[in-house]
Amino acid sequence: MDNPERQSGLERLRWQCRRGLLELDLLFEAFIENGYCNLSDIDKENFSQLLEYQDQTLQEWLLGKSTPENKAMAHMVKLIRDAT
Amino acid sequence: MNIPIRRFDTLILGAGGGGLRAALQLARADAHVAVVSKVFPTRSHTVAAQGGVNAALANVTPDNWHWHMYDTVKGGDYLGDQDAIEYMCRAAGHLVYELEHAGVPFSRLDSGKIYQRPFGGQSRDFGGAQATRTCAAADRTGHAILHTLYQQNIRARTNFFDEYFAVDFICDDEGTVLGALTMDIATGELLVIEAKTILIATGGCGQLYRTTTNAHINTGDGMGMALRAGIPLQDMEFFQFHPTGVAGKGMLITEGARGEGGYLVNKDGERFMERYAPNVKDLASRDVVSRAISIEVREGRGCGPNADHVMLKLDNLGSDIVAKRLPGIRDTCKTFMHLDPVDTPIPVFPTAHYVMGGIPTDRQGRVVRPSGNAPEEVIPGLYAAGECACVSVHGANRLGGNSLLDILVFGRAAANDILGFLKNNRYHRPSNQDYIDKAYERFARWEKTGDGESVHSIRSDLKKAMEDHCGVFRTEKIMREGVEAIKVIRARIPDVRLQDQSKVFNTARVEALELENLADVAIATMRSAEARQESRGAHSRIDYPDRDDVRWMKHSLYSLEDDSLDYKPVRTKPMSVETFPPKKRVY
Repeated sequence: MDNPERQSGLERLRWQCRRGLLELDLLFEAFIENGYCNLSDIDKENFSQLLEYQDQTLQEWLLGKSTPENKAMAHMVKLIRDAT
Repeated sequence: MNIPIRRFDTLILGAGGGGLRAALQLARADAHVAVVSKVFPTRSHTVAAQGGVNAALANVTPDNWHWHMYDTVKGGDYLGDQDAIEYMCRAAGHLVYELEHAGVPFSRLDSGKIYQRPFGGQSRDFGGAQATRTCAAADRTGHAILHTLYQQNIRARTNFFDEYFAVDFICDDEGTVLGALTMDIATGELLVIEAKTILIATGGCGQLYRTTTNAHINTGDGMGMALRAGIPLQDMEFFQFHPTGVAGKGMLITEGARGEGGYLVNKDGERFMERYAPNVKDLASRDVVSRAISIEVREGRGCGPNADHVMLKLDNLGSDIVAKRLPGIRDTCKTFMHLDPVDTPIPVFPTAHYVMGGIPTDRQGRVVRPSGNAPEEVIPGLYAAGECACVSVHGANRLGGNSLLDILVFGRAAANDILGFLKNNRYHRPSNQDYIDKAYERFARWEKTGDGESVHSIRSDLKKAMEDHCGVFRTEKIMREGVEAIKVIRARIPDVRLQDQSKVFNTARVEALELENLADVAIATMRSAEARQESRGAHSRIDYPDRDDVRWMKHSLYSLEDDSLDYKPVRTKPMSVETFPPKKRVY
């Protein structure tokens, strides 16, 4: 069992994965369940950063319409798509 | 329970386009405004409105608001209130220009005017040639509107309570709403927000259904709160479905897929639409296709291990056409199902998209309820706008491009009326601890510990029951069974126990509160649908296939406290023009 602080951090992320678009809800929900825990600390930080982007931008990246210029974000997008 | 209290002129629940439009106007008029949103405002579901906003600007083809009004009345199968529809269509142009000036980057024609696109149900000259009425900012109109309004609100110093969940209204003994009990999701701390005026703008409730296009946030929170405060919900039986959503997930597969030549098959590989619509086959209207899919599944011809969907085939189109004309579908299929529709069929099922019903209001956005002989008595200081409200401009079915218009027009109308109300009502109505304690009671129930059912299992059962009994296939028997099924599910809720009683970002608690809202809205929807013995707009019954204007040209009103239905007449008299009398709806 994770310590309470780590657990509440995960819950905070889980809430920030609630978005205005169903597609993003499904992708992020699956990633939190299946991929997030295995990330390195740096990638966990990158995931938090990714969640700050706008829904339409995230949708374009995560559905493969375009690729982020930022390499860390592009890597994170690939991880989420692979986990879906 | 000692809960801190803050006071504002206006409390707005929900930070989608309707809430933010109203908030901006109020804040600019120096009202002290609080906006409560359970997610960060720009993550509201308004971002999903990609199509655009209708306004008869006549930039592409001749147009005027009266034709738009006719199309809206007809599209709503004559259940819409014609005074509100006239008001909306007349205001549309002004609202679009106002957004343009506020910075919404509408797409442009070569002439420099705002780009407009044609949409289904739009006509010239009262049912004539296709009109071109939908103003669009590429495919991100809702997103552009939401972001522009949010930025302007920040500039106008609107007070945002981001990631706060509104639990219940605080009401006095006469049922007047004084404020709301809210919870800071980040800390679990409670806060009472009292206000002279309150606007409910919490959006829709698509999460009632297993297969829906709606985001997870659309749990009918404001509708549930209204029901529990003794306010009825109106016309909840009218729920718009799209025939082809990704089975089990809900995302929309555009009707353009069938327009390009795609077709549906059942488990035997049969093109079943040939049986239901021999002439137009897969291009039959939405409700016909939706019902056909549902019948195939019900009669055991569904595909997959659970035989719960049919297949949409695009392999006859070739990869060039799919890549060129249906790129969005290909992206969706590859991302979520790891299949390429160029050579593999897509599993589809009808998906719940938009609820026409909601909290009853007049065209000023004021919440109304029956009282004595008056069908529409105004509740002082309480307003609703957008998908959670029922003005009713969409009647029994909504036209594409009218939902963004609805939130803008009636967000503004509510703000106008609120400003007048605030001028005449300078002080907060008296509250007391008893009123707050009453609102706190339900919240406190979730603090019980021990073993019990999980939120997740009840929510799954609720969504499945709604899909099976209140989807596109509706008969007396199916819906009567549905009413009983929903009652049984609701009765299980008091036995739920939260295993996690922590305070910080306790998402399980939020989901429990959302479940109660969904369950209350579900019984309103199911009961209203069971009672309406006709087919009108989106409410389509196998056993009553025709519209019945003599018995049923009226609005339903469901009250939770005594589980009862009441009805009120449709407002057929517009503000300044002649009534559009009901006619057979033919396109």
